[in-house]
Amino acid sequence: MDAIILARAQFAFTVSFHFLFPAFSIGLASYLAVLEALWLKTGKGVYANLFRYWLKIFAVVFAMGVVSGIVMSYQFGTNWSVFSDKAGPVIGPLMAYEVLTAFFLEAGFLGVMLFGINKVGRKLHFVATLAVALGTFISAFWILSVNSWMQTPVGYEIGANGQFLPGPSWLTIIFNPSFPYRLFHTVLAAYLTTAFIVGAVGAWHLLKDRCNPGARKMFSMAMWMAAIVAPIQIFAGDMHGLNTLEHQPVKVMAMEGHFQSHPNGAPLILFGIPNSAKQRVDYAIEIPKASSLILKHQLDAPLKGLDTVPQTDRPPVGIVFWAFRVMVGIGFAMLGIGLLSLIARWRKALYDWPLLHRFAVLMGPSGLIAVLSGWIVTEVGRQPFTVYGLLRTTQSASPLDAPAVASSLLAFVVVYFTVFGMGIWYLLHLMKKPPEAHEPPPSDAPIRSAGITPAPAIIEGASA
Amino acid sequence: MIDLTVIWACIIGFAIIAYVVMDGFDLGIGILFPFFKVGQDRDTAMNSIAPVWDGNETWLVMGVGGLFAAFPLAYAIILPALYAPMIAMLLGLVFRGVAFEFRWRDPAHRAFWDRAFTTGSVIATFAQGVALGALLQGITVDGRSYAGGWWEWLSPFSLLTGVGLLVGYALLGACWLNWKTEGGLQRQTVTYAGRLGIGLLIMIGIISLATLRLEAQYYQRWLSFPGVVATAQVPLATLIVTFLFYRSLRLKRDAQPFFWALALFGLCLVGLGVSIWPDVVPARVTIWEAAAPVRSQLFMLVGASIMVPVILAYTAWSYWVFRGKIGTEGYH
Repeated sequence: MDAIILARAQFAFTVSFHFLFPAFSIGLASYLAVLEALWLKTGKGVYANLFRYWLKIFAVVFAMGVVSGIVMSYQFGTNWSVFSDKAGPVIGPLMAYEVLTAFFLEAGFLGVMLFGINKVGRKLHFVATLAVALGTFISAFWILSVNSWMQTPVGYEIGANGQFLPGPSWLTIIFNPSFPYRLFHTVLAAYLTTAFIVGAVGAWHLLKDRCNPGARKMFSMAMWMAAIVAPIQIFAGDMHGLNTLEHQPVKVMAMEGHFQSHPNGAPLILFGIPNSAKQRVDYAIEIPKASSLILKHQLDAPLKGLDTVPQTDRPPVGIVFWAFRVMVGIGFAMLGIGLLSLIARWRKALYDWPLLHRFAVLMGPSGLIAVLSGWIVTEVGRQPFTVYGLLRTTQSASPLDAPAVASSLLAFVVVYFTVFGMGIWYLLHLMKKPPEAHEPPPSDAPIRSAGITPAPAIIEGASA
Repeated sequence: MIDLTVIWACIIGFAIIAYVVMDGFDLGIGILFPFFKVGQDRDTAMNSIAPVWDGNETWLVMGVGGLFAAFPLAYAIILPALYAPMIAMLLGLVFRGVAFEFRWRDPAHRAFWDRAFTTGSVIATFAQGVALGALLQGITVDGRSYAGGWWEWLSPFSLLTGVGLLVGYALLGACWLNWKTEGGLQRQTVTYAGRLGIGLLIMIGIISLATLRLEAQYYQRWLSFPGVVATAQVPLATLIVTFLFYRSLRLKRDAQPFFWALALFGLCLVGLGVSIWPDVVPARVTIWEAAAPVRSQLFMLVGASIMVPVILAYTAWSYWVFRGKIGTEGYH
């Protein structure tokens, strides 16, 4: 194994693990803000209880997101120093803006959000929650702008020393061609990820006690999200795909498994086993001309295949092909459960349909899997470049020996599986407990509140 | 000569100072953690930093993110050169960061997460110290990249700076707890602060003398006439601040020792500046050689000049919300 492959594996591993947490916490922060707003508006205890229930989970997810995120800000330099030197003048400022406008906002208000309700009062506390939720979104904005620029680089000049330098307009760089689509698609994905976790937890508790008011409320809210957002997401994904076809057609060829060009309408390959050696998809089940219909909105539109691309410029096909099918499959399953929930509502059986609840539990991690698959499609599909078409991955890595990269990779794998494995176990443990009428505040362990008005008393007093 | 590059060097310098000021004490509490009694004392120590540690650590990201954006070449040279200490620091921060939440979630394994908190804090601190030492002793640079091996950072000097930072952060942690706690825990930390102060002074002395021998540039900066008249003020001020630190401890002040300890750190950073200015990779690459183009630096400066004051304001507010002695109630 050479140092490049190891460095790629390390980045893929650390970023995939990291991505799980913000994918969940972006949506969860917004969900908490909605719950707190509803509680402030209606005064209903069920919202306050749900807020406290999910706040405990949020604290654990957020902590893991922070520590795995700090790692990412160093990974560019430790393993991809040549890329950092070359692309730094363009993407560095965008990442600095992420720190300035998002990380500090989240971190600065997180303490108040988690521990401060009996110190600052309800309104200011709500502001803190909003600030954290806004921070998670701003963070997604900047980092996806950076990622999109690497996919569709525009607005740059090449310096005498080989660096990418910013052109006259930063707006051109920030709002590069793939960014709006990627931002919309990814943020919706984060909302769906959270909705399906919340829905699964609600469904799990409904299966045990269909009268639990907290479980009913969260299940209902999650199913509304599934019914409304899943179709929008499929539409957004289609738009994003068309954008990719325009700017990164080779990626789409890999997604579709189109090794050969199709001058008279390309088939949509539903399943099959891409065989890069033989340049074909084995055992393909395909719908004739459907790919041209989807991508070009015309049955006979010609579509170029990987045979038009030099061997050295092709991404790995198998991974992209499969990850894409996993993502799309999950998207349609999400749409399916959303529709089922509408039927259930219409039949007034949303809380009394164990089969639906079982399905929802099964779909709990589906958002996380879909997000990771989508990430793999877009990142592996960008190969063999770091800055698409301009800077090759092989020319981006740090001058490190393979043993150095291998040992750090091993250390990351061991530590991440241990630490985050336990963290995920704690999360499941928290989710296993049903939401109670008198949900304790975050971190129930150190209850040493003798003589002091504890946060729940204030919340309950207000919501009574 | 004040230009954008100098301003950015100052902003990153500020981020490093802010990081040391804020994360130093909470890493220090991690270092001292095993010496506190299991139960109330440990919970109080943990609760004194739980609402702020995340914001504190963000300055570390700000420092490295700023370096990436304003001095990409330096970022690209330094991080591969400090590969092992940086990875160790990150893994240490992972352990201590999650321990804040996990120790409350899992009482059966609280002892494990307490150890993880300490081990992570010690590793992260030591690695930061080693990184500083490795930078000061000089790294091998060829063209636009690091050209040394992956063990180049390891030397008696870098190990010494690692230990020095452990002592320093522990001192800050002790002083913070002296400020924020009462009773037995406070008395315990006052004792620690007294001993650690002496330890830090010794470490500063040894490291300063050792630094002079590293590069001719450092020796000249400090000891050639007439510069020595100015530079001699730094060790002098260090002695004065040390005296004030011990005086405030003896007078049983709560907050003052913490700020005098910070002043000691400030003087160390001034000393560091005297040695390396205007290099961003000491004795190898100047800030101007590593600088990003004006467009990059200017674009960020707009953001930084608006956002940094805002950040400082709400950070201050957050500290204000959780002001005063922790007492026994805890707000975790």
